Amino acid sequence: MSRQEQPVDVVLVGLGWTNAIMGMELAQEGLNVLALERGEDRDTVPDFAYPKMADELTYGVRYKLMVKPAKSTITVRHSLAETAVPYRHLGSFLPGDGVGGAGTHWNGHTWRPMPEELRLRSYVEQTFGKNIIPKDMTIQDYGVSYEELEPHFDFFDKVLGVSGKAGNINGKIQEGGNPFEGPRSHEYPLPPLKRTLNDTMFSDAAKAQGLHPFPLPSSNASEAYTNPYGMQLGPCNFCGFCERYGCINYSKASPQTAILGALKQHKNFAYRTGCEVIKVNLSDDKKTATGVTYIDAKGEEVFQPAKLVVVGTFAYNNVRLLLLSGIGQPYDPLSNTGTVGRNYAYQMMGGATLFFKDKQFNPFIGAGSNATTVDDFAINQIDFAKEGFIGGSYLLAAQTNGQPIHSLPLPPGTPTWGADWKKAAKDYYGHAMSISSHGSNMSYRDCYLSLDPNYKDDHGLPLLRLTFDWKENDLRMTQFMKQKVAALAKGLNPDFLKVSFKDIGTHYDVRPYQTTHNVGGAIMGTDPKTSVLNRYQQSWDVHNVFVLGSSSFPQNLQYNPTMLVGALAYWSAKAIREQYLKHPGPLVQA
Amino acid sequence: MDSNHTDDSRRRFMKGAMWVISASALGSGVMLSANASTAPELSQYKPVFFNDAEWHFVLAACDRLIPADDNGPGALQANVPLFIDRQLQGDFGQAKDWYMKGPFLEAPAELGYQSPLTPAQTYQKGIAATDTYCQKTFGKVFADLSAEQQDALLTQLQSGQVTLTEVSAKQFFDFLLQNTKEGYFADPIHGGNKNMAAWKMIGFPGARASYLEWVDLHNVPYPMGPVSINGDRG
Repeated sequence: MSRQEQPVDVVLVGLGWTNAIMGMELAQEGLNVLALERGEDRDTVPDFAYPKMADELTYGVRYKLMVKPAKSTITVRHSLAETAVPYRHLGSFLPGDGVGGAGTHWNGHTWRPMPEELRLRSYVEQTFGKNIIPKDMTIQDYGVSYEELEPHFDFFDKVLGVSGKAGNINGKIQEGGNPFEGPRSHEYPLPPLKRTLNDTMFSDAAKAQGLHPFPLPSSNASEAYTNPYGMQLGPCNFCGFCERYGCINYSKASPQTAILGALKQHKNFAYRTGCEVIKVNLSDDKKTATGVTYIDAKGEEVFQPAKLVVVGTFAYNNVRLLLLSGIGQPYDPLSNTGTVGRNYAYQMMGGATLFFKDKQFNPFIGAGSNATTVDDFAINQIDFAKEGFIGGSYLLAAQTNGQPIHSLPLPPGTPTWGADWKKAAKDYYGHAMSISSHGSNMSYRDCYLSLDPNYKDDHGLPLLRLTFDWKENDLRMTQFMKQKVAALAKGLNPDFLKVSFKDIGTHYDVRPYQTTHNVGGAIMGTDPKTSVLNRYQQSWDVHNVFVLGSSSFPQNLQYNPTMLVGALAYWSAKAIREQYLKHPGPLVQA
Repeated sequence: MDSNHTDDSRRRFMKGAMWVISASALGSGVMLSANASTAPELSQYKPVFFNDAEWHFVLAACDRLIPADDNGPGALQANVPLFIDRQLQGDFGQAKDWYMKGPFLEAPAELGYQSPLTPAQTYQKGIAATDTYCQKTFGKVFADLSAEQQDALLTQLQSGQVTLTEVSAKQFFDFLLQNTKEGYFADPIHGGNKNMAAWKMIGFPGARASYLEWVDLHNVPYPMGPVSINGDRG
């Protein structure tokens, strides 16, 4: 028998970027909004205060701000024939924990998707013909267009205080920006960050090869800034503790620095921490949710009645909550039926490290997203039929984290220990730069999420199981990028060069960090047979449940997801405010 | 530094003799800070997690993984064993944050850590099994082997060429190397990186965390020494 709390209009499950946005939008509407966050409360002060945040071991290596696998993890296998085993400690990806979620420890790379990515299947079919799509590749359109989302991209740019240089304003190409991006209605709110040496070297090499370098759009504020909510960001001081850390300086946009401080002023908004939602409760006919059940910090089970439930936790946790709640039909890859768990995708990365004896990069001087990039190998720039793959990447030279435990690149052939290792560490720390590729990952029939039959959490509930491996299409894409990165690297004539891209046949490896951009599993779309959510991120099956985050992506972008995640949250909020509240029910008829 | 000298310094450790870092051993670019005395002497440190035999092993292994020479401090000068002792009693050693429920299945290496042992248990079993192996093979425990023999054995552990009972040799070695490097480069509040000497060797300014005026001064070595979280200056 669980305790019951007072009913609310809206319950938000999780309090990271998406539900900070939704909380603000629905609090402005005058609704009684409650957020339930399973982790701890967190804010710049005291949690991110200098100097304790400048502790690589605690935050960068032991992952203090991340989810603890002991409390919450997934199981992983490469194929349907295998038994999945737990992701017992963190490696490949680092989901956030606590108020702010992954939005507190991100780097601040703030890309919009390309218009073509939001209608990828249509774009590929119309441009290159249906035949180039491999049989089991399950890419889809989002059901919402770039043009529809543009006002929300623009507003989220202003909330985040993005530093950058526009490349396309209302169709007019801008010198110094990304000429291949979708049209923007306005310039970025802040100018680009200052440039480090690696940036300028990469920029020169790219120009020499006829490419179009531009500054990475960054949610590290280049100047003092006040956002539309009245939240103040301070100029980034390039402290070098960004990814995996909370910002000491109110410079990196996070839910805390950009939204929550203002949201907490609303008397009709409240949040509770240490509350882990384990189920969305449904009415007898399973057409509506009646609230959520959570386990509080004392271990007591609580029922929280609500008229509207917005699920906005980390991507794969959204999927698990839907499966645990019986919302939608679980996906079965054998029969290709059901939807919940379908179209999981990750991200395809590669990179080169360049060593220069006579260059001093001071790698500890870094912001999360000070980098120069090129987008000449983007999804809308590649002839997929000719190259034999579908996808794209941006290439970047970034200097973000020069901390020596987890970021000390040494020349090829250096031993891993002993006197020669130490000599190399002494000689080469500060003498290396990198060029990386950050790329798309398509979705496939047998890459999906489901409940694990063998492993359980502390509450006795099944862990989520990930079935995933790299496919030839995506490995061919990264091999294409390898040639481009190698050409740029050689143009800079380093003393030593280390190139690391996944070869054909490589299996997904959970051990080395790659990216936290896990997507899919509760995807949005136009057909309830192949998507969990409609174009407003509303459950097809339970109309008062909305699911926010990158779990909505039918395949992965070639970019970092935060801008699209945020814009989609504003898009859903607008639909709730302007349509759903007046006429609660499905916003799209199936 | 030649191997005899290294051997000699290590043996003095084993006997608990006072062990003094000479300025010359740290190299010309490395100076001890005025308040360096706040860091404990390794020779005076009483390990909490490790027993005597384990402690001798860790001292000897750390000394080979990062030996002292003119390029910079060795792991012993940096108090790395003290760091490891603390880590193994703490959350890391006890796998407090890790999912450690069974069943524990065999799986491809790409699917990550699947051992039922915590890092602390891996050290205990790994040290005991390595010493047993050394006794059988050489008639001595690891700590009493020559530097060359120790290097060869560590290489065999790393590559999995030696099979140890009840524990993966490679996993044991991987923890040992990972923690040795962590103790070498982590902020001194964690017990290693004594006097920030490892940071000084490579030119990392530690917890300064403020460089706005230095961003676009390109190809100029940053001139300031490190600071630590507790306020020491290098």
